[in-house]
Amino acid sequence: MMTNTVEAEGQLTPEEQKRLTADMHRSLRRKKFRALFLVAPLLIFIMVTFVAPIISMLYRSVDNPQVLEYMPNTSAALADWDGQEIPDEATFAALVKDLAEGRKNHTIGKAATRLNYERSKMRSLITGTARKAGRLKPPYKDKVIKIKAGWADIDTWKIIKRESKSLTASYYIAAFDMETTPDGEIKMLPEKERVYFKMLWRTVWMSVLITLLTLLLGYPVSYLLASLPMRTANTLMILVLLPFWTSLLVRTSSWIALLQGQGVINDILVWFGLVNDDNRLSMIYNATGTVITMTHILLPFMILPLYSVMKTIPPSYMRAARSLGATPFTAFFRVYLPQSVPGISAGAILVFILAIGYYITPALVGGQTGQFIGNMIAYHMQGSLNWGLAAALGVILLVLVMGIYALYSRIVGNNNQMTLR
Amino acid sequence: MKKFSKLSSVIALGAAVCVSAATAAEPLTVVSWGGAYTKSQRLAYSDPFTAKTGIKIVDEDKSGNGLAGLRAQVEAGNVTWDVLDILEGDAILACDEGIAQELDYEKDLNPGADGTPVMDDFVEGSLSGCYVPTIVYATLFSFNDKAFPGEKPSTIADVFDIKKFPGKRALEKKPDANLEWALAADGVPYDEVYNVLDTPEGVERAFAKLDTIKDQIIWWEAGAQPPQLLADEEVAIASAYNGRIFNAQVVENQPFTIIWDGQLYELDGYIIPKGAPHKEAAMDYLRFATDTQRLADQTKYISYGPARKSSAPLVDTHKETGVKMAPHMPTTPVNFQTPIKKDAEFWADNGDELRQRFNAWLVQ
Repeated sequence: MMTNTVEAEGQLTPEEQKRLTADMHRSLRRKKFRALFLVAPLLIFIMVTFVAPIISMLYRSVDNPQVLEYMPNTSAALADWDGQEIPDEATFAALVKDLAEGRKNHTIGKAATRLNYERSKMRSLITGTARKAGRLKPPYKDKVIKIKAGWADIDTWKIIKRESKSLTASYYIAAFDMETTPDGEIKMLPEKERVYFKMLWRTVWMSVLITLLTLLLGYPVSYLLASLPMRTANTLMILVLLPFWTSLLVRTSSWIALLQGQGVINDILVWFGLVNDDNRLSMIYNATGTVITMTHILLPFMILPLYSVMKTIPPSYMRAARSLGATPFTAFFRVYLPQSVPGISAGAILVFILAIGYYITPALVGGQTGQFIGNMIAYHMQGSLNWGLAAALGVILLVLVMGIYALYSRIVGNNNQMTLR
Repeated sequence: MKKFSKLSSVIALGAAVCVSAATAAEPLTVVSWGGAYTKSQRLAYSDPFTAKTGIKIVDEDKSGNGLAGLRAQVEAGNVTWDVLDILEGDAILACDEGIAQELDYEKDLNPGADGTPVMDDFVEGSLSGCYVPTIVYATLFSFNDKAFPGEKPSTIADVFDIKKFPGKRALEKKPDANLEWALAADGVPYDEVYNVLDTPEGVERAFAKLDTIKDQIIWWEAGAQPPQLLADEEVAIASAYNGRIFNAQVVENQPFTIIWDGQLYELDGYIIPKGAPHKEAAMDYLRFATDTQRLADQTKYISYGPARKSSAPLVDTHKETGVKMAPHMPTTPVNFQTPIKKDAEFWADNGDELRQRFNAWLVQ
């Protein structure tokens, strides 16, 4: 056989060989193109709705055009300023020019809002001066300082100079509960002003807790579903799927009705005399409410992958283990559990990643101790309108999730191989 | 999901094109707060406007995120709103940022029905460039009578006195109003509140006062929540918008009492977004909706005070129940003895920092 092939190949002339290779390459390339063509719609869809927004979020978290664009003369004048004393008359003239023009074009507010993130009252300092800037005649310096004393503060100028670059790290600095002093030093905020790190940490540990609870509750259910006869299992499956198909808001509000102070559960407990009427349990509008509600909402995401894996584990394995003398306990832990690990890992990562980005449920039932970082991001998107900070927090969350996922797939990836062995 | 909504929006767009081809004028999109408030605007402004001009009004309940939405629309170069109902502080920001239409008030608005010139007729200092206020509304405290069978709370200090008046409190989940009230309850004269709050010591003092009731607070975020929390007896005292409490008292017969002391009043009104798709019609709507009669008419449906002096004598009774409206208005003299005017400029300046501090305080 071997020699035959070699002989057959040997009969091809070099030109024929070359043509054959070219033909093969061409047909392969065509195949590749066809495959690409088939996935193209999905690829484009993902690029437009997923990759592009993420890139734009990354960009927005460092993008800093406001001061440079709307106070161009001041930015230029401050470029060579040494930061030792109040800038000279020329810089003040540039400032007045920027403010007067910005007032006329209604753009100065954008720069003012941007600078106010760095320091309170920068907004009124700028807009208040801008209102009168159009009427000023040189020399400007003393007149501007007379309008608003803030211009005699050297820190004001240091902040403008710092933020007159087209990219900034200040949103990330804020997102890590830090601040930049006017002298350029980066330090942690005082303890009582720190928010985001605590929120992030709380989001992570509560998501882990929710994942463990769904596993604890979901594992026996999946086992039951997988081991019952098909007909019974299908009926029971509907009980899992029904809540899964119900609107998130409906399920969350139902938990409010059940858990609140005057709610069903408290009423029953009071009725049985287990809880004093004046001392009803607070199970909602706090971390407890978030954990209970989210565990329930995310339970199907644990049960379904677990079920699909358990379904593939032949029941005869357990029987074989038992017949070879294993106790039910040993048989489960040595034979069944290792084989269900792929289901556990799929379910856990699914629930965890969904949980860490949740925000509607914590917003409704979380009160002040059950809020997630997602609520902070939503707040900065819609409430404070500091989109740069929202983007920075979003990027941090994204990196965190990817980091945890990488770590997780390393650990669980090894586990999977162990089961196969 | 995304595809489906795209498809449906294409269909909707097609339908809209057909409809607008059929009628003479395209409909105006007016964005407001929803619920009873939008309803009062519809009955008092929009329906009469449609009857007069034939231009239909489409309501959108997006004012809750009005400034965010407007910024996003302007940034995307696709403004779809014609008129936006917005709070005074946000209107100032929108005007400064150039995303609201500048107005020539004497030309763009009608003088008062009694002949008062525009600039003298509206609440003093409120015509700030782009903004036309329509109502004066108050955020204030209200309690369920059932919670206090004996002595009843009557001042801001009482609200912060958990010993004397036990029970949970519902507060709006933002520092605005709460910090002012905390200082007022701590003995700061009402007209000094913002001066004190402007100092670091004042901020510390306000949070220290809030600390004394922190474990008794349930935080609300939507205007419909506080009347519900009061009715369910989840809380004894709640801060709320006065119109919501009026609705619960008069329409739903709830046993609620308003504490008028320390009511924090502010203005709500209209701006026209820069780049509004139907600017001409929007300007007509603005002129019509903010005239003396229309502002007075609105009080038939909701208990917010008209922002024009010339409308005050025309305020009459509640349409649905026949109740005299004057005793329920935040601006009626007997209710207006010890108010605090919300300082929109102060919050525009210090809001970023105070909200950060407030969020940090919540997390602790």
